[in-house]
Amino acid sequence: MARMKFLCDAERCIECNACVTACKNEHEVPWGINRRRVVTLNDGKPGERSISMACMHCTDAPCMAVCPVDCFYKTAEGVVLHSKDLCIGCGYCFYACPFGAPQYPQVGNFGSRGKMDKCTFCAGGPEDDMTPAEYSKYGANRLAEGKLPLCAEMCSTKALLAGDGDIIADIYKERVVRRGYGSGAWGWSTAYKDKASV
Amino acid sequence: MSMNFGRVLRLLSLTLALLLPAVVSFAQTPVPPGPNALTGPGVTNDQLLFQQLQGDLHGRVSIPDQKSAMLIQPEGREWREFRNGALKTVSAVVLLGMVAALVVFYVVRGKIRIDAGPSRNRIRRFNGLERFAHWITAARFLVLALTGLNLVFGRWLLLPLLGPETFATLTVYGKLAHNFLSFPFVLGIVLMLLIWVRHNIPNGGDLAWIKVAGGLFAKGNHPPAKKFNAGQKLIFWMVVLGGGVVAASGYMLLFPFYLTDVAGMQLAHLVHAVLSVLLIAGIISHIYIGSVGMEGAFDAMGSGQVDVNWAREHHSLWLEEELRKGEGKAPAVGRRLPAE
Repeated sequence: MARMKFLCDAERCIECNACVTACKNEHEVPWGINRRRVVTLNDGKPGERSISMACMHCTDAPCMAVCPVDCFYKTAEGVVLHSKDLCIGCGYCFYACPFGAPQYPQVGNFGSRGKMDKCTFCAGGPEDDMTPAEYSKYGANRLAEGKLPLCAEMCSTKALLAGDGDIIADIYKERVVRRGYGSGAWGWSTAYKDKASV
Repeated sequence: MSMNFGRVLRLLSLTLALLLPAVVSFAQTPVPPGPNALTGPGVTNDQLLFQQLQGDLHGRVSIPDQKSAMLIQPEGREWREFRNGALKTVSAVVLLGMVAALVVFYVVRGKIRIDAGPSRNRIRRFNGLERFAHWITAARFLVLALTGLNLVFGRWLLLPLLGPETFATLTVYGKLAHNFLSFPFVLGIVLMLLIWVRHNIPNGGDLAWIKVAGGLFAKGNHPPAKKFNAGQKLIFWMVVLGGGVVAASGYMLLFPFYLTDVAGMQLAHLVHAVLSVLLIAGIISHIYIGSVGMEGAFDAMGSGQVDVNWAREHHSLWLEEELRKGEGKAPAVGRRLPAE
């Protein structure tokens, strides 16, 4: 079975934030939560680059490892999902995550967090596929519909690739060979202990 | 028609002639690498990127959540190592070590008896406010300690027994209790500090007490002590200072990102967890000596009235002082004062 991965080609990302908007819209993500974001490094300086970042669905996921209630699970396609019914909103996954992926709605008093929310690779949650219960908690389950994540699907420059890790690595390698230089497969060595090497 | 066709042909060839050199030169010279280009071996390596950015992976985002401007924080992996590795090991060793040490102590030394035997006379050691301050802290501490330890060990010890749903419910209520009971806990600490700080200033007598380890290891050896001996002073300062730092770091965790960034949150958790475990270990010994470990000790915080012989052996200077203060007032006789 395909091992699903994200790859953002910083040479192509133009910081249009369409992925961010698409994600928010597709999953009705509440105000204040961003499952995906675009970070611009060296903004306005030579070497400026933008990278679209969300949960990378790590091979050895730190969120899964540190969760005190063990609410995470990994699908057969390597997608890291979690159960909002079990989540206690402790924030540990955010401390451990290298990519700042976990998000929390502010509920109740102080800064107390509600159930964690993060990118699902458009694969929903533990509820039955494509049910209203699943949609209300985790958003659309495009994978169950045979589609890939919307952020990458509608990326205008195809900077953001999502899908079978081997295939997107090949696409990226081809680009690197054609243009003669890479732009870094952002987060790959951290997330997958792997390099999309040229 | 043919004229027109000839014109089109000429135009076409002209266009081609104009374009060809450009196409040829394009094919000959590759695209010059842009400013973002990474050249050299292993260019897709993250480490190289980190180097190029000199470790600064903080960029700009156009969303309000500014902490999301941190693209990658590799420190998360160290925190994970701490939480899943060092913290569990250290906690287990410290806590089980303390329990084992106390069991050994109990087996070797046994219950520390009142050498002179219990007298029929009692004297008031702690008044209502003092006991209130102690127990409000103690009760909260117990809940805080158990719910805290649940976050460290629960997943490995309780989850397999209870199942995911029950364990998650237990833990979420535990978290709520941990958060809210911290307030009366801090109140208790502040009360104890205000009531007892004047009795807990270290003095010369404490050195003598420490030198013989409070007579803990030798029968019949009772170094003089005032209201609190050096061991109790140690517990006092451990609770006040340790508890203070634990509370401060706890409130940083309770108010996430109000004062600090993710690195600060990780540090707050580390300090909170390590100090808490040490505090719990210290309190286990405190509970031991205040209950099964020593005859007559519990009464001080139980009824507030202690046996005079117990007081003479463990707090001789305090007893003298009290008797002097109380002049005519003879120590209460019997286990309880009669109800009025």
